[in-house]
Amino acid sequence: MLRRFVSIWFRHLSTDWLSIHRPFFKDKPLVFAEADHGRMLIRATNTLAEAEGIVHGMAVADARAVVPGLQVMDEKPGRNERLLKAIGEWCIRYSPIVAVDLPEGLILDAGGCTHLWGGEKKYLKEIITRLNAKGYDVRVSIADTIGAAWANARFGKLTPVIEPGAQYQMLKVLPSAALRLEPDVLERLHKLGLYTIGSFMDMPRTVLRRRFGYGLLQRMDQALGREEEVMELLRPVETYEARLPCLEPVRTRTAIEIGIKTLLETLCADLKRDGQGLRAAVLKYYRLDGRVLQIDIGTNRPTYHISHLFKLFELKIAQVEPGLGIELFILTATKTEEAPLIQEALWAGKPGLEDDAVAELLDRLAGKVGPRAIHRYLPDEHFWPERSIKLAASLKEKPGIMWPTARPRPTQLLARPERIDTIAVIPDYPPKVFVYKGERHRIKCADGPERIEREWWLDEGEHRDYYIVEDEKGNRYWLFRSGHYDGQAYQWFIHGFFA
Amino acid sequence: MIPESRKDTIARLQQNILLWQGFKPPQAAQEQAFGLGALEAAFPNGVFPTGAIHEFLVPGPESAAASGGFIGGLLAKLMGQQGICLWIGVSRKLFAPALKRFGVEPDRIIFVDLQNEKQVLWAAEEALKCGGLAAVVAELRELTFAQSRRLQLAVETSRVTGFILRSDLQKVSSTTCVARWQIASMPSQAGMDIPVVGFPRWQVELLKVRNGNPGVFRIGWSADGFVPIAQDIAGAREHLSTLKAG
Repeated sequence: MLRRFVSIWFRHLSTDWLSIHRPFFKDKPLVFAEADHGRMLIRATNTLAEAEGIVHGMAVADARAVVPGLQVMDEKPGRNERLLKAIGEWCIRYSPIVAVDLPEGLILDAGGCTHLWGGEKKYLKEIITRLNAKGYDVRVSIADTIGAAWANARFGKLTPVIEPGAQYQMLKVLPSAALRLEPDVLERLHKLGLYTIGSFMDMPRTVLRRRFGYGLLQRMDQALGREEEVMELLRPVETYEARLPCLEPVRTRTAIEIGIKTLLETLCADLKRDGQGLRAAVLKYYRLDGRVLQIDIGTNRPTYHISHLFKLFELKIAQVEPGLGIELFILTATKTEEAPLIQEALWAGKPGLEDDAVAELLDRLAGKVGPRAIHRYLPDEHFWPERSIKLAASLKEKPGIMWPTARPRPTQLLARPERIDTIAVIPDYPPKVFVYKGERHRIKCADGPERIEREWWLDEGEHRDYYIVEDEKGNRYWLFRSGHYDGQAYQWFIHGFFA
Repeated sequence: MIPESRKDTIARLQQNILLWQGFKPPQAAQEQAFGLGALEAAFPNGVFPTGAIHEFLVPGPESAAASGGFIGGLLAKLMGQQGICLWIGVSRKLFAPALKRFGVEPDRIIFVDLQNEKQVLWAAEEALKCGGLAAVVAELRELTFAQSRRLQLAVETSRVTGFILRSDLQKVSSTTCVARWQIASMPSQAGMDIPVVGFPRWQVELLKVRNGNPGVFRIGWSADGFVPIAQDIAGAREHLSTLKAG
């Protein structure tokens, strides 16, 4: 596929940003300054300040002498990067492959995207208009390579669109600085009178390497497309993703539902073709006011069943805040797993935990009330009652050991054992009477003791001697004595109720 | 002769009504007998109604424990080898391993622990609509007539059996449930006059049965399942009449 890159250059990134947020600065000369060796040096300017002759690197004191009403703000390190990242996220609407190009640019891989806007010219125009409307002063260019687009955006004078293969002609006339060179290399070039790229472009490579180092050759190759340049992507490209730009911003529930359905159809067709099933998905929606919000769903087993996934999203549509309107939806499958291909007619009818209807029901429940609400237990290799069960990780997990049947366990188990008062006739014996919640229970018969030792490698404390007791009404309880009867501090507890 | 044939007609018509109301004819359900003996005879056609909603009154932890055991025994039959049960509640105390004793594999019960009653009702309705489940148990404080009707409608298409455990006896109202139960523990009998706790035994009160006969029954549990306990019928009648009076 033909690769085309767009370079966006924000000429006054930080000053534009401040003017957008505080319109007070709009019509005033504004600079950002940073302390350097005891002086304040200018790091960013706006158009008005530039018109007065203030340039990057000037001392603030000098600039103030030139322009008395100069507004000076503190430059914060890392702000440009943060701003570019945010704008880059927004730019994902134009291409899924976006990279930040510090200090004041963005790179978009626009291969296969431009026709959606009706050609490269219109594509660039759209980007410029939208960014200008927001208040950013930008220059853009599209070319076969990142280097060429970068150079043309900053130094080009003729046209923003460099036709495929035309980068050589274009670069020829540009100044040497357009090659993104190190300052000392650039200085050496200037000393030798090599002011344009064309003046040294066709020199023998060995000569150039010996005099200016490998960096120059690399930059040249990258700009001409002889060498691949690696982009550090803002967001890794997901394998399964569907995009839906809206012609008009949408706000209604019906429109959002239609959007989700359309996206799911595309995504599920992709998944099905590859035999993959969706486990988690994120729906991002880009709002007219520039905010990007998202809703997410998860499933218990891999699926590409459109109507089921739609039901899961349906539960979350109420959380969507369309604001003034949504202009773009992106549905991404964040987690996929291999899903066996099944004939749809046979979907129902598998018994038990394999049943898709059950898995889909659990997805719906988890979508509404959260996955933490759903528990399934497996036996664990502990005798201590609280630790004798563990949570199953998935629906497929099978018990590793048999459920123990040797000793009956109470149907109702208190989360924490509660203290009871007892009367025991013989110390090492179940009590005769116990009082629980103000009620006296006279014990008729008892079973026990079943001694359960604490696992000292897990926690410390006394062992428990459990008794199953039955009172005169026929109710059955699970009591235990914590500690030896002859010890100083033993105590009776109630821990459960038997059927 | 004429009254005789009229009797037949009436019996046939009644049979039809039962069929329309979703009660299985006796032959079709023979293999799914629960072993409850006289208790099953209290239901129309003498068959424990599955694919319907049963309501259990559980005023305290003791009765919750007894009901849990009794329902465990029913679930074992309903779930069979593969079935899945959903147990929905707000503050559940049911200890899953205990159900193994009643023939249920505890890992085939999925617990849904929610924040409030409203969520429980929603989840119960969604679950009852799902034909892939064998049974649904929901713990609620109260259930209004309208709510019970929604659950009933869900069950009518999916044929899932639902159990509602109601804890607030002050607010018992009429519902569309097929039966209302209250289960209390009874002293167990280990045999041989030794003071040891034996297999559980329950006093099962069928307070209401749609198209059936309410009554009080004594059911025990053994290693093989439910064991109806022969009882003094006159005594049970007397107990029932005091219940009705009270």
